Parts: sequence; structure tokens; C-alpha cells
Amino acid sequence: MSDVYVLGVDMIKFGRFPDRTVPNIGAEAALMALDDAGLTIKDMQAMYCGNLGQANAMVGQRILQEIGQTGIPVVNCANACATGATAFREAWMSIKAGIYDVVLAVGVEQMGKGLLGGAGGGDGIPKEGLLGSGTMPCVFAEAGMEHSKDHGTTFEQFAKISVKNHHHSTMNPKAMYQIETPLDVVMNAEMISYPNTKLMCSVNVDGSAAAVLVSEKKAKELGMGRAVRVKASALASDPYTDRDLVMPDVNACTRLAAEQAYEMAGVGPEDINLVELHDCFATAEMLHYENLGLCKDGEAGKMIDEGHVELGGKVPVNVSGGLLSKGHPLGATGIANIYEVCTHLRGEAGERQVEGARLGMTHVIGLGTACGIHILEKV
Amino acid sequence: MSEKSLPAVSYLKIPDKGDPYLEGHKCGNCGAVFLGERSVCSKCFSRDNMSAIKLEETGVLHSFSVVYRSFPGIDVPYVSAIVDLDGGGTVKGNLINIEPDPEKIDFGMKVRLTYQDALGRKDKEGNSYLSYFFEPA
Repeated sequence: MSDVYVLGVDMIKFGRFPDRTVPNIGAEAALMALDDAGLTIKDMQAMYCGNLGQANAMVGQRILQEIGQTGIPVVNCANACATGATAFREAWMSIKAGIYDVVLAVGVEQMGKGLLGGAGGGDGIPKEGLLGSGTMPCVFAEAGMEHSKDHGTTFEQFAKISVKNHHHSTMNPKAMYQIETPLDVVMNAEMISYPNTKLMCSVNVDGSAAAVLVSEKKAKELGMGRAVRVKASALASDPYTDRDLVMPDVNACTRLAAEQAYEMAGVGPEDINLVELHDCFATAEMLHYENLGLCKDGEAGKMIDEGHVELGGKVPVNVSGGLLSKGHPLGATGIANIYEVCTHLRGEAGERQVEGARLGMTHVIGLGTACGIHILEKV
Repeated sequence: MSEKSLPAVSYLKIPDKGDPYLEGHKCGNCGAVFLGERSVCSKCFSRDNMSAIKLEETGVLHSFSVVYRSFPGIDVPYVSAIVDLDGGGTVKGNLINIEPDPEKIDFGMKVRLTYQDALGRKDKEGNSYLSYFFEPA
């Protein structure tokens, strides 16, 4: 089977664009990725589009209606916060299968402001605040508190993650925010769901990201100069665990996908030079240090305390600013983090460059549950 | 409009005689306990081996969060709790009759179920609802 390469990849600067349409926002990143690859829409043999908010509204086709209706097959994907990674993986699979040599993957989302999840509805009466909370800040707070219970992880340690990611974003012009948030500012921000304060919750933004994936044959033909090899692509759903249906288990699903990704890539966590992981909340990032094997179970607090996950540390995590500060347009996030890792592997990340990066990992997880992991390698 | 309170969720049972209780469905093959009716076990995949059980009234606090921001009209702060019931089954609910202060809530504390009106919430027809809550045991 052919190796698969990312030949072009880009994202728009995340922000709030209430006057634009979802396809229009997606089209911008698609054109940017095509330009980055030095190709045009006429070269694309298929398109995989990730979007959640308009999952029933043919967003992929509507993007092509803005940038070129060539008649290629389009697949629209929705997979919670793993939507973008799923679209990318579908694109990857189509080349792996030998069906196509050049395909386009796009992720796009237009978000409102405010709390996600827990809105309830259905029969009878609203359940939010009656049977606990289904809001995302609370669900991920409960997952973080499980870590506190098992390992004594503190509010301050969780808060430090947000300080780190906001600091990283000051070096990323494509992030929603470029603002330093010292520890006292993070800890004294409005408490949303203990221990997640407002600055420990991801930012709802509009955004898009896109990638052009090619077969090895095509990469050689077009020039490998800036190509990035997709060393592994893994997607898992939630395996049965005792509390999963009541308290979504983001740990088991991530561990399953990580195990498969490492095996496919033939590498271990110690080989990874940078990670873009799903910091939808500061509490979530803490869990994933261990879930991705970046440290042993129980050592996540030490990872943040000792600076191992900062730019310049042993394994920098979310040097883009992460979902906490770059922003989290659900369907775009999974490709935006692939853009970030590719940018480092290409040595083009400027001020926030992870020096000598050869292998990077991306991770997203959407409740319900879907976890997508990619390992990317400098050619 | 019903004269009696309706159950807030399908797994809360209100018998004509006797006390309300939570119903689980237990797999006869592997013992996994689920909330809500189902015919196949998602743990061991056995079919048509599920039976309804009355869940126990006591359990231990597995995890929680104190919620300070919710949707408009919902009283905060409150404690959102995940409880492992004695005898099997995990249930999420509000932990009441305790100060909503993370410093004063202990993991592993013993709690019990209590059944009360659903915070005055009514449906479009004006029906009242009965819900379940946890309180320190």
C-alpha cells in the first residue's frame, strides 16, 4: 500500500464571522490548501468535508459551488469534535485503498457563543440542573476531578495548562487570541464548573482548515520538498467501560486510538517531538498526557509543573495555543491541528517552532464518543 | 393533566403502591448494569439476557463538579455528582443537602437517593414531575 502524504495544508485565522456562510468560510481554507500544494480544484479526485452544525446540509458540495464544480465525489462527515480528523482520515483511506492519488479534506465550523451541551429538550421537562449538568465544562470537570481523586491533581495544576496554552498562542498569529493569562488571572476568572474557570474552557470560534493528501506516486511526481508523511491514522469509538454511558470515558477511547496509532507508525511516545491534543478544557489536557503515553499514569501533574509540555520542554503540547486560545471550531479543529504539526515538521512555525521536529501527533476526541489520532513525519 | 407526578426520567419508577425507585437492566451473562431498557448487552454482546432490577438506594460519590454557570433560569451553584450505587450501576444527579463547596465534598463519601419534586418544573400540559437526588448518607 502506498504511503500517504500531506502536500498542502492551511487554516484561516480563527475568529467570529457572523456575516459569512459555512461554505464560504470552508472555501477559503480549501483554496489556501490548494495554493499551498501548488494545485487547483481541477486536480482533486475527491473531497471529504467535515462539519457538525450543518451536518445535513451538504456543506462539501456547497464549498465546491464556491470554488469549482468539477463533479468529483464528495463525502460529508459529522463525528462530534473528531469531525475534521474523520474527514482527513476518510481522505487518507481513499488513497491507502488505491482509489485516488489526490484528494481534498476540509473542516469547517461556524459557532455561536456560549455553553455547549446539556440543552436537554426531548419529552417532559428540561433535565439540565436537575440530574446534574450535561454542559461540556461540567462533563470535563467531572473527568478531571476523577484524576484529582486518583492522583491528587490540584486546581492550580489544571490552571497552569491554560497559562501555558495562552502563552503559546501569543506566538501564533492564526490563533483567536494572543493574550498572556498569568496563573492568578486564570484562577480568578469566572468559575464555570469547578475546577474549570472561563479561561480554562475552549473558545467558541468560527474557522476552517484544509489539506491536500496525495499518494507516494503523486508526491514524487510533484516534488516531496514540503510533503509530510502520514505515518498513522487511527479512529476509535468508545469501548465498553463501566461508567461510560453516564460519564463519557474519554480516557479509554483515547488510549485505544493511541495504541493503534503507535503500532501503525512503529514508534512510541518517546519518539514524538510535539503533540496537538484536544484541550477542550484544561482538565481534559491533563488526562491526555497519560492517555497518549507522554508520561506514566499519575505523572500528568508533574508534566505541567516541571515544564515538560511547554515550548522548549521534552514534548511540547499545544504550541498553537490549543483549543483554549487558538479556538475550537468543532469541525475544523481536527485538520487545524494537522496544519500545526505539519508547519513544525516543515520548519515553518516561526517564533513557536519546535526545533528539530521530525514526528508529531494530533489528537481529537468528541463525546459520544469518537477519538481520532494522526502521527505525521517529516520527509 | 395528570393528578400524580410523572417520573422525570424513564428509569425512575413510581409504583401505585410503595416507594419510588430507580430501575436498572442487568445482563444475565456478565452482570453489567444499564439505565434504561435494552435487549443486548454492550459489554458482552449477549442478547435477550437482560432483566429489570431495582437499583439500591445507597452508593459512593465517584466524581463531581460544582456548577456555577448553567443555562438561564437554572439555579446555581449546585453539585453535579456521579455516583456508583452499591450493588451496581452508575447514576448522575444533583447532590443536595450539602454546601456546594469543592473543599467540603469528599470523593468516596456515602450518599443515598432521595425522591422529590423536580424543582417545580412542569411540562407544557402543567404536569408535575418527580425526580431523584443524592444526599449525604
